Amino acid sequence: MIWDTLRLSIIIVSIATAVIAVAGTALGWLLAKRNFRGKDLLDAVLTLPMVLPPTVTGYYLILLLGRRGLLGKPLYDLTGWAVTFTWIAAVIAATVIAMPLMIKSARAAIESVDAEYEIASRIMGKSEFETFFRITLPLAGRGILAGVVLSFARAFGEFGATLMLAGNIPGKTQTMPLAIYEAVVSGEDAQAKWLALILTGISVTVVYLTNRLSRPAKRR
Amino acid sequence: MVQRVIQKLIIGVIFAFVSIHASPNACAMESPGAEILVSAAMSLKNAFGEIGALYEKRTGVRVRFNMGASGLLQKQIETGAPVDVFASAGENQMDVLQAKGLILVETRRNFARNSLVLVVPAWPPSRIHAFADLTRAEVTRVAIGNPKTVPAGQYAREALMSLKLWDRLQSRLVLAENVRQVLDYVVRGEAEAGIVYASDIAAAHGQISVAARAPASSHGPVFYPIAVVRDTSSRDNAKRFVDLTLSREGQAILVKYGFLSAR
Repeated sequence: MIWDTLRLSIIIVSIATAVIAVAGTALGWLLAKRNFRGKDLLDAVLTLPMVLPPTVTGYYLILLLGRRGLLGKPLYDLTGWAVTFTWIAAVIAATVIAMPLMIKSARAAIESVDAEYEIASRIMGKSEFETFFRITLPLAGRGILAGVVLSFARAFGEFGATLMLAGNIPGKTQTMPLAIYEAVVSGEDAQAKWLALILTGISVTVVYLTNRLSRPAKRR
Repeated sequence: MVQRVIQKLIIGVIFAFVSIHASPNACAMESPGAEILVSAAMSLKNAFGEIGALYEKRTGVRVRFNMGASGLLQKQIETGAPVDVFASAGENQMDVLQAKGLILVETRRNFARNSLVLVVPAWPPSRIHAFADLTRAEVTRVAIGNPKTVPAGQYAREALMSLKLWDRLQSRLVLAENVRQVLDYVVRGEAEAGIVYASDIAAAHGQISVAARAPASSHGPVFYPIAVVRDTSSRDNAKRFVDLTLSREGQAILVKYGFLSAR
């Protein structure tokens, strides 16, 4: 029971983190390097899930993606499938909630890269694409990795929006935080404590190991 | 270094994808065989767990539960969550769904009743033995669910009003966000007493005792309604679950967990 929940949590969070790492870096780059109309507005909207209570974000998500939702209805009419109460809903909830942490970290990291290197790369005839992958990304790597770790930790602990959109179905959408909530509310104290300890242990380990691994190599 | 960590992350994610497809039971999008999803109030967890096991044995149909606060479950059904049966801890939530035509009205039944009890810490022995004792000077805090959001709190207010205690206790009331919190306040002695449903006290594992039972006449009947959701994909199986909760065996299980039979 505990292990099923843990495994499901890890799968959901890994996929969410992968999506966040790619999309968050791209959005961070967009906000750092490009100027366009509505940039500040976009930034504000992308930050919202970080400042709104997760249940409010979750509420927006069910209004948007539910079978009778703004996007969910056309999807359901077309395919007969809706995302609500599937493990994909849990991935979406975790992704949306943790994304702002990635965008903020990536943007700061990319902005801190000395523009001269990028200009030099372009002068030498490298494309924008190549410049990003060979210059910007490696130089911003540590900041981006920090963003990935933060997002992972946040996604792992995600509760409110997940409860709304994915429901609380053991073996199907019940992640660790939901299992803890259910155990606490129904008085299963031992179960709650174990789950909480495991959740805490994994979060601490991941953040700690990443800090260790990403420390710059000692100079010889 | 950074690249190596990123590489490992990518490998981890690929592994996760593979293991999802290799594990049909935990995450499959469509599991084989018949299955129903029952959205039930969290307070029904233990009783429904047992009824669910009985249902699976009888029918061979798998039953999954989505447990949460009744108001949240109602909202999920409104937005089209694929639920087959809804069991609510309050009639309001069911009424709203019925008004919107989202349940099959002919399947709606009250399957359980609850009663209100006044609870006190099991130790040290409390001097509170009746609702009237709450007005004594040494009682500084009385925990109830927030009447705006917690059904048990709504009924607690009703009971205190009809016992002519509501106004006098105003300054002592501590409003909790769920019944579990009420129990916690009492267990830890932060409140001298609390008001919860009779079916809730099992969750406190003998750390509280019942000082008094609210007279049934002091509040409206606490009914738990159940109904098949209109958009169910397996109406017959959903109906069989409703029937089982209403059956003699189903009712016996509910009584075992502190509910009153609705019959």
